[in-house]
Amino acid sequence: MAVKCARRGLRDMFLGDVRPLAQIRSHLQLNGWEAEIDARGLVHKELNDLIREAALGGARKIVLYNVSGQRYIGTRLFLPQKVEIHVHSVPGNDLGAFLAGHRIIVHGNAQDGVGNTMDDGEIIVHGRAGDIVAMSMRGGKIFIRDSVGYRAAIHMKEYTGKVPVLVIGGTAQDFFGEYMAGGIVIMLGLNLKPGERHHAHYIGTGMHGGVIYLRGEVAPYQLGKEVGILEPNEEDQKVLEKYVGEFAAHFGLEAGEILKDRFIKLLPVSKRPYGRIYAY
Amino acid sequence: MRMLVAGKRTSERYLPEKDMQACGLFGVMNVAGERFGGEMAISAMVNMKCRGNGLGGGFAVYGLYPEYKDYYALHIMFERSCPQAKEQVDEFLTAHFHVVYDEEIPTDMRANVVNPPLVWRYFVAPRHQEEEGLAADEFVVEKVMFINTQVEGAYVFSSGKNMGVFKGVGFPEEIAEFFMLDRLYKGYIWTAHSRFPTNTPGWWGGAHPFSILDWTVVHNGEISSYGTNRRYLEMFGYYCTLYTDTEVMAYAVDLLMRRQGLPIEVVAKIFAPPMWDLIAHMDEDRRRLYSTLRMVYAPLLINGPFTVIVAHHNEMFGLTDRIRLRPITAAAAGDYVFLSSEEGAIRAVAPPLDLVWTPPGGEPVVARLHSRDHLASLARAV
Repeated sequence: MAVKCARRGLRDMFLGDVRPLAQIRSHLQLNGWEAEIDARGLVHKELNDLIREAALGGARKIVLYNVSGQRYIGTRLFLPQKVEIHVHSVPGNDLGAFLAGHRIIVHGNAQDGVGNTMDDGEIIVHGRAGDIVAMSMRGGKIFIRDSVGYRAAIHMKEYTGKVPVLVIGGTAQDFFGEYMAGGIVIMLGLNLKPGERHHAHYIGTGMHGGVIYLRGEVAPYQLGKEVGILEPNEEDQKVLEKYVGEFAAHFGLEAGEILKDRFIKLLPVSKRPYGRIYAY
Repeated sequence: MRMLVAGKRTSERYLPEKDMQACGLFGVMNVAGERFGGEMAISAMVNMKCRGNGLGGGFAVYGLYPEYKDYYALHIMFERSCPQAKEQVDEFLTAHFHVVYDEEIPTDMRANVVNPPLVWRYFVAPRHQEEEGLAADEFVVEKVMFINTQVEGAYVFSSGKNMGVFKGVGFPEEIAEFFMLDRLYKGYIWTAHSRFPTNTPGWWGGAHPFSILDWTVVHNGEISSYGTNRRYLEMFGYYCTLYTDTEVMAYAVDLLMRRQGLPIEVVAKIFAPPMWDLIAHMDEDRRRLYSTLRMVYAPLLINGPFTVIVAHHNEMFGLTDRIRLRPITAAAAGDYVFLSSEEGAIRAVAPPLDLVWTPPGGEPVVARLHSRDHLASLARAV
């Protein structure tokens, strides 16, 4: 098979180099409730195989060292027992994709696609994150200490009691909250200089559900046509206190200091902004 | 420049291949001009292996041939199926250039690559260029276009001074092994590409980087304005022959930056201009500048998702499309500046980083020799 594939020039870049568990088990150290994995030299499926092996072996805290871009960390763990995964330091794309109730703590930056279609659990990033953070997220919480790239919260959704939450400490690039269909997004602007506006343009373009809370300045033209600006009411204040409180606790900040500044609330003006374009 | 009548590749009006999915890009430059080996670039591509599918990999190296730095270094590929191609090219080059040295580029045939062609390098100086009334660079571009369009089975990989392109079908680390890049060469800029073509099989000439003179481009994305860009470039004597959309990018930077003398900061706003509704909110000066650029250079707006890393002597820059449909991360460590599709790949190969950042779409990260210009893109980055 290998010869045939090589001749055609087509090879499987995802699974072509994956070694069986027996050959990579030395990367895993399992000590009762705690496990350590040395991710150096592992491709992403091998690393996720070992995480799963550790969880099945009884570990509740799994610490990953020497991570450099391995994808999908924390996915494929549809287990009744929940684990806490510590990542040192650059997890690859789609960190916590489909995450099933576990907690992931990244000690450094994260790449694109953090929490892609995440179902439940928590992701806490002690650094920045790339594009499409919380894409299609449907439950759980994500806390990013610094800023995020393009299209954060794109098509986040909610259903009855299942409401995902994204809190960003810094600012975001364009298309923040694009096509948002549900969920709670809070952006704090903590790293903006005095008088500096948030960086994102087209905030909430196509938004038709959920809510965005912004601390810090934005000009009206930075917002998409599908959102309106409101003052937070008492209910909103409770939501902010709860999640900004959790954010502050994760990163050792003072929630009261953050909350005393003015927030604005962005809501979609229509549940079906493009209904007339596609309906006949 | 005079118009060539395209023979081998007439002006077909179709897009024969799109380069889509998630190609992997990497670039590293030492802004102090110190030359270093290919280990970082090669290892970074191994780190991002799942961004390519083994159908194309390549490297551009600057500061490659200091002993021949005054001569144009031509890297030319000859398809094995066209045995007469090399003879024709040799004859053509001898007629138009002083060939000071030429040899087959050494290769390691044990590398796992597919149908390798013959790849030869020539160090040349233009002959009779004054009689033809052309500057040396123009002369070389015209001769490269002649070989690409008129000689069956011969394609010029690169044609600049003190630089060269090595590319082919395989994963990048296999191409590196084939050309023995880590063992034989040093440079102060290395750019690299891992390809994921989806519409047709890859071929050696269609791998990245694409190059004209000492301009090289590696690209992740899909240029949906290819037809418009290509027709515009043909008016200036550039013929697209390599069956891949990225080629227009190499010719466009040559036209705008070398021939028209525009700085990259302006060229970035031609390729990836701000949206009209954002231009409307700019101050008067910038509004006039960006409106003018959009109108004058509309046919060179590069539409569709892209990230490119472009290099030439003394300079390397990264740029994404204006709504960043493909990723880029920049980083700095001492005198080294990095550009990459993924931060993980930089951290896997670099010394401890001083800075990591990602500018907004359409804002270039420019690394220049003996400068800190790359820090200018920090202002609105995350």
